[in-house]
Amino acid sequence: MKAKVYVTLKKGVLDPQGKAVGSALKSLGYNEVKNLRIGKFMEIEFDGSSKQNAEKRLKEMCEKLLANTVIEDYRVEIE
Amino acid sequence: MKFGIIVFPGSNCDHDCYHAVKHVFGQKAEYIWHRETDLRGVDCIILPGGFSYGDYLRTGAIARFSPVMNDVLKFAGRGGLVIGICNGFQILAEAGLLPGVLMRNKTLRFICRNVCVRVENSQTIFTSAYRKNQILNIPIAHADGNYFADSDTIKRLEDNEQIIFRYSTADGEITEDANPNGSVNNIAAVINDKGNVLGTMPHPERVCESVIGGTDGRGVFEGILSKI
Repeated sequence: MKAKVYVTLKKGVLDPQGKAVGSALKSLGYNEVKNLRIGKFMEIEFDGSSKQNAEKRLKEMCEKLLANTVIEDYRVEIE
Repeated sequence: MKFGIIVFPGSNCDHDCYHAVKHVFGQKAEYIWHRETDLRGVDCIILPGGFSYGDYLRTGAIARFSPVMNDVLKFAGRGGLVIGICNGFQILAEAGLLPGVLMRNKTLRFICRNVCVRVENSQTIFTSAYRKNQILNIPIAHADGNYFADSDTIKRLEDNEQIIFRYSTADGEITEDANPNGSVNNIAAVINDKGNVLGTMPHPERVCESVIGGTDGRGVFEGILSKI
């Protein structure tokens, strides 16, 4: 099975990297850019057949390692 | 007194810590490889600075699951003394031994220079050799030292006096200009609620001898040695 994991900074957590990239776009003339935040995208291939079990395991992976829930949210999509 | 210095793949301040403890303070010091599961009866554990696991994913995120960390967690749970310096602080935060997290510096730059910090609490085992409000000149060297925690946690840290060092001006003022990395409330070092685990972004082990640039870090080790 395959899953996509998106890890993003929580609302209210400052993202200086996103801010810098947003300003760079503006300086390239993309004045419509209002805000930009950077996150992480991970693809995981794994053994499994039950989507329900996979969801549970992936949630564990995110909570334990892939995201730091003090500052990050995560979202999982199973294919 | 016996210090154990944990060595992760990518640690690079382990030798500085070893030198300070062994040659400056004349104590026993041993390196403990991160795959070991025996802390060899040490009295104090130091997690040194560096780039454990190349800072992959997040600083400290992978090192926190090294085999030795189970024993470090138990050791800390029993009240054992643990100091995390720089990357060591990041690992302790990821491991949940200290609250909060160290994020990318606000400037996005790696900062390597001396800064001033103000001693906020001199009643801890790690700071009893300092005076409250004493200003220390001490080096930092990090890209991810921007301390963050939610407002409830910050309030708890403030109320319990768990903030140990704060970035300040040379006169001891806590200003935004004196904050090198964007840390909430200029926080540079915190302690756990039991008072036996210290995390500090500034490097006390690098300023223990005037010949290499200063002695303001000595107090951390002197504090520990006076209590044990």
